[in-house]
Amino acid sequence: MQRMACSFPDEVLEHVFSFVQCDNDRNAISTVCKSWYKIERWSRRRVFVGNCYAISPDMVIRRFPDVRSIELKGKPHFADFNLVPDGWGGYVAPWISAMAAAYPWLEEIRLKRMVITDENLELISKSFKNFKVLVLSSCEGFSTDGLAAIAANCRNLRELDLRESEVEDLSGHWLKHFPDDYTSLVSLNIACLGCEVSFSALERLVGRCPNLRTLRLNRAVPLDKLANLLRRAPQLVELGTGAYSSELRPDVFSNLSGAFSGCKELKSLSGFWDVVPGYLPAVYPICCRLTTLNLSYATIQSPDLIKLVGQCQNLQRLWVLDYIEDAGLDAVAASCKDLRELRVFPSDPYGPEPNVPLTEQGLVSISEGCSKLQSVLYFCRQMSNAALMTIARNRPNMTRFRLCIIEPGTPDYLTLQPLDVGFGAIVEHCKDLQRLSLSGLLTDLVFEYIGTYAKKLEMLSVAFAGESDLGLHHVLSGCEKLRKLEIRDCPFGDKALLANAAKLETMRSLWMSSCSVTFGACKLLGQKMPRLNVEVIDERGTPDSRPESCPIDKLYIYRTVAGSRFDMPGFVWTIDEDSAMRLS
Amino acid sequence: MSTVSKEDNPVLSSEDSSSCLDESELELGLGLSLGVGVGACKAQQGPRGGQYARILTAKDFPYVGSSTSASVSSSSSSSSSSSSSSLSRANVTAGTKRSADSVAAANGASQVVGWPPIRAYRMNSLVNQAKLPATEVFNSLIVKSRNSNPAVGKGTSNACVNANEKGQLRSSLFVKVNMDGIPIGRKVDLSSHRCYETLAQKLEDMFATSSTIMNSIRSGGEEHDMMVDAITPSKLLDGSSGFVLTYEDKEGDWMLVGDVPWGMFINSVRRLRIMRASEANGLAPRLEESNGGQRNKPI
Repeated sequence: MQRMACSFPDEVLEHVFSFVQCDNDRNAISTVCKSWYKIERWSRRRVFVGNCYAISPDMVIRRFPDVRSIELKGKPHFADFNLVPDGWGGYVAPWISAMAAAYPWLEEIRLKRMVITDENLELISKSFKNFKVLVLSSCEGFSTDGLAAIAANCRNLRELDLRESEVEDLSGHWLKHFPDDYTSLVSLNIACLGCEVSFSALERLVGRCPNLRTLRLNRAVPLDKLANLLRRAPQLVELGTGAYSSELRPDVFSNLSGAFSGCKELKSLSGFWDVVPGYLPAVYPICCRLTTLNLSYATIQSPDLIKLVGQCQNLQRLWVLDYIEDAGLDAVAASCKDLRELRVFPSDPYGPEPNVPLTEQGLVSISEGCSKLQSVLYFCRQMSNAALMTIARNRPNMTRFRLCIIEPGTPDYLTLQPLDVGFGAIVEHCKDLQRLSLSGLLTDLVFEYIGTYAKKLEMLSVAFAGESDLGLHHVLSGCEKLRKLEIRDCPFGDKALLANAAKLETMRSLWMSSCSVTFGACKLLGQKMPRLNVEVIDERGTPDSRPESCPIDKLYIYRTVAGSRFDMPGFVWTIDEDSAMRLS
Repeated sequence: MSTVSKEDNPVLSSEDSSSCLDESELELGLGLSLGVGVGACKAQQGPRGGQYARILTAKDFPYVGSSTSASVSSSSSSSSSSSSSSLSRANVTAGTKRSADSVAAANGASQVVGWPPIRAYRMNSLVNQAKLPATEVFNSLIVKSRNSNPAVGKGTSNACVNANEKGQLRSSLFVKVNMDGIPIGRKVDLSSHRCYETLAQKLEDMFATSSTIMNSIRSGGEEHDMMVDAITPSKLLDGSSGFVLTYEDKEGDWMLVGDVPWGMFINSVRRLRIMRASEANGLAPRLEESNGGQRNKPI
């Protein structure tokens, strides 16, 4: 093997490696021998860090000296639902500083659930001469001033995507900072911005960028301006409208309809806030080409939805509110035979009772009619084991199944039994299941099924379920591919955690909140497992002030080679191996 | 149309021992609001359990039980689910500034943090949306009857989006207002108000030119000119004018304005009616203590 490896010059090997882009494969390549390790590390251009605290910026830079694209994730997933207090962490600043010095040719930065400031944005805009792609997904900490710096300084910018970030809207003028000779924009997503951007600047920008493929507007862009934008960018592939409402006027309608018809490449639509149904027919001409349709902000009723979706025979991804109703999902099942992903969101999540006739039946219909269905996110208020078993048998090709029955602890509405057997059928039949979210009334039995069958499962979300530590033990001991486990409000305690401590080093992270884990167990875990960071998040003051048997509030455990982090706030307690409790 | 709808279905409240209120108590309950003991009050229609700040100092009704779940069976659904009773799992939210939880709290929702698992971003969008087509919404620019565009769907919600001075979006929410004794109704933009006081003042201004209301006010015993005195509590709200402000909600029931938090009111109101107190049987509040000034007891 050694001889074979040496018989090729480095440049040849590097060229061969350039065809291997998948991180896992490149990691495997680097373990073959020292020279392959060396060649591979010099030629790795893209790095993905799933937990920004698992490794330090310096370690990444030392290993991979010439990275052009980096992706970082910060806060745990449950931060999306306000379970992680503000100030917990996820600051990108140390990464930007380190990379500004080490990677002058960095082109792409993708962040998820991280805190990025205007200063960070300015540093990015000035440090990387060839900067091309900035994607900020569910990030926070910056304002439109930071965006102005990016617009002004990044001459080669292709992508600016602010998906669902929290941006402080200081003014809409930031868009004007794109220079007049700037023409390289390919993708712009400003849907999350609240304020009006300068519309004339937007029009000019769209008009002078011939490669623009993706344009996701914010709600403040009125419908009567949309036609002008579309006429300037008929090559668009993905469009997010602004508010989809205007007084109903035939001239506005025909203008809009004509503009849509001119967009022959349009495959993805989103936006649709404040929909006036009378304007929906303007998109009918392009429906047959659509592969992605996000109507999850459109508060329109089932008949209008059916008319629209019924024309989208090539639809692969549909996001919609539960206004679609079971009847609408029947129609989708009949028309959209290519459907791969369905997400149904609740229109009235806090209502005590159903406000629309959307039940398990809609999902059953989809599972019957859409043979390519792989990914489901479904909010509803009733479910039965029978329905889940039917869905499982219909769709063994499912890879992501997230079911949220809105009321915690809801049993099978037909039998009043727990839903263990139904979810058990899902994991048993869907052998490639990667992601699963549970809800409803569940005992330890469902976890036994999961541990037994869900051998490819990578991410599991559990809430208000289970009876004892046995449940957690089944999952930790059975799910071989598990990477992320997030649990809230379950009666899981110390035993399963300590018994499966070694498992935690094979996972990215474990989140447990409002469970029955004691501080004593956390200390033990922290002392025994040096390659885990065991973070106790508790806003009630130091856990030592309470008896050791008192359950902690929130626990976040993640593997790391970087040791304890230095930016912990006052409500995060961690334990290191010298068995002293370290306060941040 | 003006009669208070009777509660046909038994009101359910899983933890509330006073769930067997008789109808008259229920109707009285319409006019009563309090901060504690949500229980089985019809005024809680739509909103969820939990405690929330009241806008008006409406009077205590001696409800038994401090159930935090408001399992009111809607008149349109015959299911007797008490599924919202599991608020026993509720945790009080630690003070988080996230808007999703404040939305939930404003709705009096279950106080379980982060459940159901919906991103704050999505919740904000839902909250700020125009009202459902089921709600009658008029935009001053649109005249529905004149629009002959065949593309207009039936029952469209013609909510128009305006930008206020901050460039933030909000929807107009125009609802009809009729006053007993005045043949011509008016429209008021509810979204330009943030509380009941300003709304009531606006309505009083709108209808103040009518002699009817002035006579009623005088007969109510109040002397001062309500146009001049903007600080006193609205006469419409406390019933001293001989009129009460009522609204029709999504379910078609007529309720006394002022019992629920503003946000809830906005979500469920379809139209307003300034009703003669004598006709508002069971709607007017029982006044136990005065907020200053004389009060009528119209019941």
